[in-house]
Amino acid sequence: MTFLIQETMKFAVPLMIVALAGVFAERSGIINLALEGIMIMGAFIGALVVYSLQELTVFTQAAAQGNWLTLQGLSLLALLIAMIGGAVFSLLLSFASINLKADQTIGGTALNLMAPALVLFLVRMIAGQNTLRMSPPADAASWFMIRKSTFGVDKSVDWGFFGETFINKTYPITYLCILVFIVLSVLLYKTRLGLRLRSCGENPQAADSLGINVYKMRYLGTTISGALAGMGGFLYALTVDGCSAGGSVAGMGFLALAVMIFGNWKPLNITLAALLFGLFKCIAAGYSYIDLNGDGVFALADLGLSSYVYGMLPYIVTLIVLAFTSRNSRAPKAEGIPYDKGSR
Amino acid sequence: MKNTLLDLYHKDGTKKLLASLISILMGLLLGAVLIVIVGLSKPTIGNKDIIKGVQMIFAGILTKGLTPDGGLAWGYNAQNLGNMLFRATPIIMTGLSVAVAYKTGLFNIGAPGQYLMGTMASLSIALGIPGDSMPSWVIWLLAFLGGCLAGALWGAIPGMLKAFLNINEVLACIMANWIAAYLVSWYFSESSFRNVTEGTKTAYIYMTSYNGVATSKMGLDKLFPGSQVNGGFLVAVLIAVAMYILLNKTTLGYQLKACGSNRHAARYAGINDKRNIVLSMAIAGALAAGGASLYWLSGNTEFYWNTYQSLPGEGFDGISVALLASSNPIGAVFTGVFLSMLKVVGSQLAGFTAYNEYITDVIIGCIVYFSAFSLMIRMLLTSRKKKVPQAAAADQAGPVPAPDPSGDPVENEQEQEGGDEA
Repeated sequence: MTFLIQETMKFAVPLMIVALAGVFAERSGIINLALEGIMIMGAFIGALVVYSLQELTVFTQAAAQGNWLTLQGLSLLALLIAMIGGAVFSLLLSFASINLKADQTIGGTALNLMAPALVLFLVRMIAGQNTLRMSPPADAASWFMIRKSTFGVDKSVDWGFFGETFINKTYPITYLCILVFIVLSVLLYKTRLGLRLRSCGENPQAADSLGINVYKMRYLGTTISGALAGMGGFLYALTVDGCSAGGSVAGMGFLALAVMIFGNWKPLNITLAALLFGLFKCIAAGYSYIDLNGDGVFALADLGLSSYVYGMLPYIVTLIVLAFTSRNSRAPKAEGIPYDKGSR
Repeated sequence: MKNTLLDLYHKDGTKKLLASLISILMGLLLGAVLIVIVGLSKPTIGNKDIIKGVQMIFAGILTKGLTPDGGLAWGYNAQNLGNMLFRATPIIMTGLSVAVAYKTGLFNIGAPGQYLMGTMASLSIALGIPGDSMPSWVIWLLAFLGGCLAGALWGAIPGMLKAFLNINEVLACIMANWIAAYLVSWYFSESSFRNVTEGTKTAYIYMTSYNGVATSKMGLDKLFPGSQVNGGFLVAVLIAVAMYILLNKTTLGYQLKACGSNRHAARYAGINDKRNIVLSMAIAGALAAGGASLYWLSGNTEFYWNTYQSLPGEGFDGISVALLASSNPIGAVFTGVFLSMLKVVGSQLAGFTAYNEYITDVIIGCIVYFSAFSLMIRMLLTSRKKKVPQAAAADQAGPVPAPDPSGDPVENEQEQEGGDEA
């Protein structure tokens, strides 16, 4: 059970945060199809920061001294730079779709084409192979993860179900992401700024007539979106990808779009949707280790289905779920339409 | 003479072409800038390598290899050009797939999945029918058609989801891509087509020539000795012409395009919009899968079946091909050749310099990004034109989605020139 919950969280939190990234863009009226590309970029930039710091052996020194606050601080720094990188990369989309009124689908696709290519090109130039490991010799995960040894507690001490599941062997960054998710959801739905931003996705002409700068709001929405997607990308690289970044996040950006639509552009529904998809992703990744009641029977592995079937599952579930929910889904009215002051 | 040139300039097709050329040029320039920046920041790359890299970006197709002193030797390289046409074949087809769907208002990002389904069907047929039971060209034809059919069915699924359940086709296509990727891996992992005779190779399927099936060379190997080119390229060109005729000269094409411009207006005019959406996606799927068939039936390439790890790049290249060609089927032939030229240059670049082949994908991404502004570039071209005293100038200005058919031959001739230069 502990394994199941931890693995589900591992997938669900990046999905959640990237889905919220999609919400911010779409609520302001821009379809952000580039989430996948921005995630790839964020993962790369975050990994590059860790890699370059490690070149100066900053991490190994701190780890040797057992200075885990420094380690967490540094991972926070990497996360922050990944967010900035994502935000800057998303400016390409904002510029194309807001200033130049280009087709947002094409703009997003272009970013999705550009990001993996650029990342692979640079990773090859830097590391000479197709993935950038954050720390070639050392175990990078141990720098960022909380373990019992972090607090000087012996491995054999049992922290109980809650402690074992939510504290032992977790990444603090995950909880930071959840916090950011909550704060930004409140911002979007409970503040004046959030209301203004959402109005630009519903009826930009009316918003403009009330003195709201639609272009500014849309820039804001897409930039926050880019930062969040960069954040999700770094988290993905850290947890799912085993502390490395290559030119791929295996369709997570697009899954996040599906989560967003399934969650009907609302944070609470998105959380539930992300948990559902996270569960299926977790089943796909580790079905042979899942032992629900701890009696040593691995029910899913005993079914004898091919691993490819489990791999397919999240995507099939997405399609089925969308088939049932898309009739009731209500996208922001003005999404995808470039705002033109002159039109009515 | 001056007037005809002006008329040419005012044609919408010409402006689309110019916009595409500007996008290409900007993409190449950015690629060169990236080469220089990376070269300057990395001490292991000398100035000579940087210069070589920049030269290759603009004219790499004409390199013949390295001279003894480490410079580049230039000249007609038949092998490169032939391989360029060979690798253009699948991306022309996926480009047509995206273009046809785009003309009918759908964004077919599902080409990679359709490509994989085509691969699965045509390889199974080509390797599954015993080579001595019927003439090999019959097997070839069956495999090609079977591949197209599989792609059509796979493409129709997102089409139906869009038409009947109103699911965004972009999302449905992306999900279908990954499902196809796992499906194909699963199928081949259980199949008897895995290459087990060559022990060093894991996860590869036999080449179709193992069963005596291979696309005819149709004399192209004489023109480009030493390359992999075959008649599949000519088939792709013929299909492009057929798609042009279908879209522009037939009732069906008109109906499909009408649904694309305004689904509700089309239904009001008595066109069955749901049927047309499904049909358009099925045609798109068949085209993408046909590209896969043409590529793998060549008989000289082997398929790596662990596809669930990454989707085939040919499918995504189709998007670039179609966007750069403004969704014109004939234009897709030229942009397809152009992109595959960049890819050949990329592998040359990896061979002769310290850089790697991913730079070409960066360039292609940039080109697609700039081509998203093509409307803006065209408007700029138009506003400059207004200074020319020409009465009819104003009515050229609007963003006209469908190209003027009469402008096409001109557009394409020039496109080819542009491609060769670059």
